Amino acid sequence: MGLLLRNGRVVDPSQGLDESLDVLIEDGKIARLERRLTAQGVASIDLRGKVLAPGFIDMHAHLREPGEEWKETVASGTAAAAAGGFCSVACMPNTNPVNDERAVTEFILGQARKSGRVRVYPIAAVSKGLSGEELAEMGDLVDGGAIAVSDDGKPVASGRLLRLALEYARIFGIPVIDHCEDPDLSDGGVVNEGYISTLLGLKGWNRTAEDTIVARDIAMAAETAGRIHIAHVSTEGSLELIRRARAGGVRVSCEVTPHHLTLTEEACLTYDTTTKMNPPLRTGADREALLEGLKDGTVDVIATDHAPHHSDEKNVEFSRAPFGVIGLETAVSLALDRLVRPGMISIGRMVELMSVNPARILGVPGGTLKPGAPADITVLDLEREFSVEPARFHSLSRNTPFGGWSLRGGPVATIVAGEIVHSSLD
Amino acid sequence: MNLRSPHLLGIEPLASEEITLILDTAESLAQISQREIKKVPTLRGRTVVNFFVEPSTRTRSSFEIAEKRLSADSLNFSPGASSLVKGETLADTARNLEAMAPDFIVIRHSEPGAPHMLARICRCSVINAGDGAHEHPTQALLDAYTIRQKKGRIAGLRVAIVGDILHSRVVRSNIFLLRKMGAEVVLSGPPTLIPQGIERLGVKVEGRIEAALEGVDVIMMLRVQLERQTRGYFPSLREYFRLYGLTAPRVRLARPDAIIMHPGPINRGVEIDSEVADGPWSVILEQVTNGVAVRMAVLYLLSGGAGGGAEEEIRNPEA
Ligand SMILES: [Zn+2]
Repeated sequence: MGLLLRNGRVVDPSQGLDESLDVLIEDGKIARLERRLTAQGVASIDLRGKVLAPGFIDMHAHLREPGEEWKETVASGTAAAAAGGFCSVACMPNTNPVNDERAVTEFILGQARKSGRVRVYPIAAVSKGLSGEELAEMGDLVDGGAIAVSDDGKPVASGRLLRLALEYARIFGIPVIDHCEDPDLSDGGVVNEGYISTLLGLKGWNRTAEDTIVARDIAMAAETAGRIHIAHVSTEGSLELIRRARAGGVRVSCEVTPHHLTLTEEACLTYDTTTKMNPPLRTGADREALLEGLKDGTVDVIATDHAPHHSDEKNVEFSRAPFGVIGLETAVSLALDRLVRPGMISIGRMVELMSVNPARILGVPGGTLKPGAPADITVLDLEREFSVEPARFHSLSRNTPFGGWSLRGGPVATIVAGEIVHSSLD
Repeated sequence: MNLRSPHLLGIEPLASEEITLILDTAESLAQISQREIKKVPTLRGRTVVNFFVEPSTRTRSSFEIAEKRLSADSLNFSPGASSLVKGETLADTARNLEAMAPDFIVIRHSEPGAPHMLARICRCSVINAGDGAHEHPTQALLDAYTIRQKKGRIAGLRVAIVGDILHSRVVRSNIFLLRKMGAEVVLSGPPTLIPQGIERLGVKVEGRIEAALEGVDVIMMLRVQLERQTRGYFPSLREYFRLYGLTAPRVRLARPDAIIMHPGPINRGVEIDSEVADGPWSVILEQVTNGVAVRMAVLYLLSGGAGGGAEEEIRNPEA
């Protein structure tokens, strides 16, 4: 059983490729990659005019299962991922129960086997119950299938615990992913602190609450030689700290979200709760700095921080609404329309940010179309118009600030292990 | 001329002509309160729901009196008596209120943006009677009315606002209004209670009250809430009074004919000395009186009454 993808433009920075090639898939793996391939008895698809990239990996999503299945499930979240062009999603442990025990990791992987459309990589909790007090059983969790640890939703507030986690994670070579927020400093803030919070009378979330924890994490990574990954960087200051640390040889990687790259705090002016997320939307200068970081290589990954919430939960007063926006079904189109089309980054760089680098950081298969690699492929149409219609999302939730946006370019087929898991090709 | 929006959600969206219209209308309506029978039939048959999710005896009473003087049917709906305590959402409460077909909802809520949410859901006019630290438009209007009454104008005046700027809805509405009407505004308070970026609203900020009061025509003092001290914004009420309390010697830094305002209720000896609060400069009680006229004007204009018509209607009341 194979599949021949003909005439597509293969963009694979892992091999320095950007050319029209035929791709032969056999046994769920990339078999051959050549100018012209013929294969007997194999189905073939003509992908002339389309881009083939190593399958996109979203390294930061909340699938909400177990415990909050009214927001999302492994089935619905992976359906959203497949529709959005992602072949893999890494899911955060702030479920109920928390993914701080092997049984929960195995449950999530079991759900993924039963009903998942794409690959699922559980991220386990750093601390038991996300309490920030003592380490979860990292060894057992890794054996059960966890590929990283994080207390996301919260920071690892204790510097001592973070140090222990970074040291301990070295046994397994996995990254510690930190949501950088000093809760004492952010102090219940709901929008970026500054002119907009002042105008709206909403409590401000001060940028130093992020920057100080990023600085601490970098110092700790340097001290322990552990691997720290900074989730959803949102400020100019944090990015500059990361840039300098890397220049000094510290092992720190980072991600930014599509919403922080495309929106600013001004989106909050109507008290629309779909613009409420953590970290909050920042200023135009912050957004510019993040874009600069995409260009100069400081940013490693674009990750969605897909955070589904039911409309009943979001349809309340701004301060009382939960933080979070969904992103799996809009990220790729946003990146193509807002970053690649205006020439901010190349399509090759986008593939690095959404496939090559997340695979490397998480140490999971993919990120390449080299023969022998899993046949995980994201097929893009750079010209097709996509209008964002939340009512048609595969996600169970609708909390997006991008409803009604019209974007040019997007995913048209998602192939996982040689199987087409989503397609809107004609 | 009439107001452009069916709602009064804040001062920020208003044009200066609309502010003038409201103040002029309030002036005409103020006469009603001087009469023996303080009632006109203007809003007869109209229903106003006073939806106060955060307690406020003053503002609610002022709205209630304004509604009664215009002959509206009012209903008070507050969380103690409502289902909000049982966990009903604001959106559902709004739909329930809407189902009773009121003409107005006057809302006081602890959350910024709550009136905006109501306005999106309901067909009736929504009047913001204070939403968290965001806006309190009728307070700013009654302050402006009082200033105009005392000074004959707003444009060109220097106004100092002193106190907890960070948590004050009164400040935001007043800044929007005073700037739109051409007054100069200088703020003072502990830097821990001055919100970021406030200068972008066209105001000056002075750390010392003395610098702020220098030569001003109007002094607005803000109420200091005890919980701000327990959250560490300043070390003690005693020190607060030392640094920012309005005392007679400090008042003398202002122009000799300066007036002193306060949205109430006042904390004697915390932000204002009794000698000042009760002194000749103080217009604090006139602010309360004027609140009724301004709220009548807002209700009247939002009900579709056009400016200029107010006097007519008031001169020819039904028997
Ligand atoms: Zn997070």
